[in-house]
Amino acid sequence: MSDPSSPALRLEAIRKTYAMGDEEIVALDHVDLEVGAEEIVALVGPSGSGKTTLCSIAGGLLTATAGKVVVGGDDISGYSARELTDFRRTRVGFVFQTVNLVPFLTARENLLVVDELAGRRQRSGDASKRADQLLDELGLTDRAGNLPGQLSGGQRQRVAIGRSLMNDPALVLFDEPTSALDSQLGDQVVRLIRDELKKRGTAAIIVTHDDRITHYADRTVHIEDGRIDP
Amino acid sequence: MKLALRELRRRPGRFALAAVILTLIALLLMFLGGLLDGLIGSQTGAYRAQDADLIVYSDTARESLVRSRIDPDLRSRVEAVDGVTAAGGLGSVQLGARPGGQPDSRDLLATVVLGYELAPRGLPADPPIKGTVIADDSLKADGIAKGDILLLGPQRSEVKVVGFVDDTSYAGQASLWASLDTWREVLNDNRPGLNPGDTVQALVVQVDGDAGKVAGAIDAATDGATGTLTIAAATEALPGVAQQRATFNQIIGVTVAIAVVVVGLFFALITVERTALYGILKAVGASNATLGIGLVTQAVVVTLFASAIGVMGSLAIEALIPVGTIPFSISVSRLLTSVGLLLLASVAGSAFSLRRILRIDPASAIGASS
Repeated sequence: MSDPSSPALRLEAIRKTYAMGDEEIVALDHVDLEVGAEEIVALVGPSGSGKTTLCSIAGGLLTATAGKVVVGGDDISGYSARELTDFRRTRVGFVFQTVNLVPFLTARENLLVVDELAGRRQRSGDASKRADQLLDELGLTDRAGNLPGQLSGGQRQRVAIGRSLMNDPALVLFDEPTSALDSQLGDQVVRLIRDELKKRGTAAIIVTHDDRITHYADRTVHIEDGRIDP
Repeated sequence: MKLALRELRRRPGRFALAAVILTLIALLLMFLGGLLDGLIGSQTGAYRAQDADLIVYSDTARESLVRSRIDPDLRSRVEAVDGVTAAGGLGSVQLGARPGGQPDSRDLLATVVLGYELAPRGLPADPPIKGTVIADDSLKADGIAKGDILLLGPQRSEVKVVGFVDDTSYAGQASLWASLDTWREVLNDNRPGLNPGDTVQALVVQVDGDAGKVAGAIDAATDGATGTLTIAAATEALPGVAQQRATFNQIIGVTVAIAVVVVGLFFALITVERTALYGILKAVGASNATLGIGLVTQAVVVTLFASAIGVMGSLAIEALIPVGTIPFSISVSRLLTSVGLLLLASVAGSAFSLRRILRIDPASAIGASS
């Protein structure tokens, strides 16, 4: 659970570079960003602007070349790969661009998989109850036993949203969650995301190309060439 | 691991190809093992049946029963050695046998008359009376029954079968267990030049204490006139046994290596197919250990399934092979060894893919791989 007194995310002077041959590619250049404890931020920018890299660093998928990353009051900048794995499982949620559910697990099992990955010792006792509650809130109770292949695109994305909320995260990161959906369905999904996050007081960053969904966010941040527009 | 097992249960078709190939390999492995055991068993039965610790050959015998001669003087020196609790003479002669009713038959049964004093397993303490033998079970497949007369060698020496004993064949021939007197008589009749007189070919010896030490003491007491081996060493030294074992073990080794490659390739393919899924699972908090254990678990379960079918298949083959045709013997230890080798192969093969799993970047799930 996030510390309500501290922001959900604080990025300080984040720099991320990649070596390509002798050249150094700068993906993020001195990025500062703060996301409040219950704030929903839309991160908008063209392809290759660095928004996905920023999101990955905030979620502990990538480590920054320089700078400080604080999530829910915890500085994760110096975390080892193993600590980052635990961090991702317990402190953040992800919803990816293409719906990426485990194809041989039912909707309900896809929610529970996060808890199962924790290993027996670290498992929470009430995961089943929480999964049922989330499925209910997402309108998927009657689909709980269906495999992803038996669900529509919108239903699959709702399952993915449920999975991202299973660990009661401080921060949820959405990577273009509506890009695979038509505009009407996309609108429904974003509204659902907003309702679920606000109900829980959970912060989020939604990476998007789509300016139409930015009005569901509390704030829109523009990024270009690895820099956030002031 | 739960995730891996669920995948096996829900998508068995995905693993069918590996299961089929592994089943064939398991069958091959068990079949080869069965042939090896059958072949070795048919050559060594008479030695393995010995209820003794040591076998004493003469020093010129080069560990061969046929070349060995132990005379009464040498025998008494062996019997006087500390630690020797009992010694019995052993004599052999390999002869073709004809069923009693067919003295002119050209279809000879391969037999070996073994004269004994110290009863091997399954034989009476007192050897059968002169002119009678207890035959190895394998002769039943040739239609020989209790009470039948056998005509041995060119002289058609008559012996009567008074009973049977199992798994005592020698050098691929059916043994006919007899008294030393019967052996000497048959040998005299058919190989007059080899008249053994009161010698025997070898002594089987029971000892009290360390068999290795007593063996050394026997050879020392006879001033090197004897070469003493443990029964196990003498069995392994029988002509052809070590070579056959080495040949089969090499074939078995190659088969296991093929199993490693098959499992390795199959799970490497599966891992490549699952790269995106592993990326997602890593992104949502799966550790390398969790994913790796899952993969190895799947390999082990598929192998166990294949092994189970292999075991049933091998037992069916054993039941279908007519007795006395192909030497084939399936034992629990052979089956367990085969399953153990396959399990090692599956763990080793699937372990090749662990490095690939380690290399999958969780950031690939979000399209920002480092």
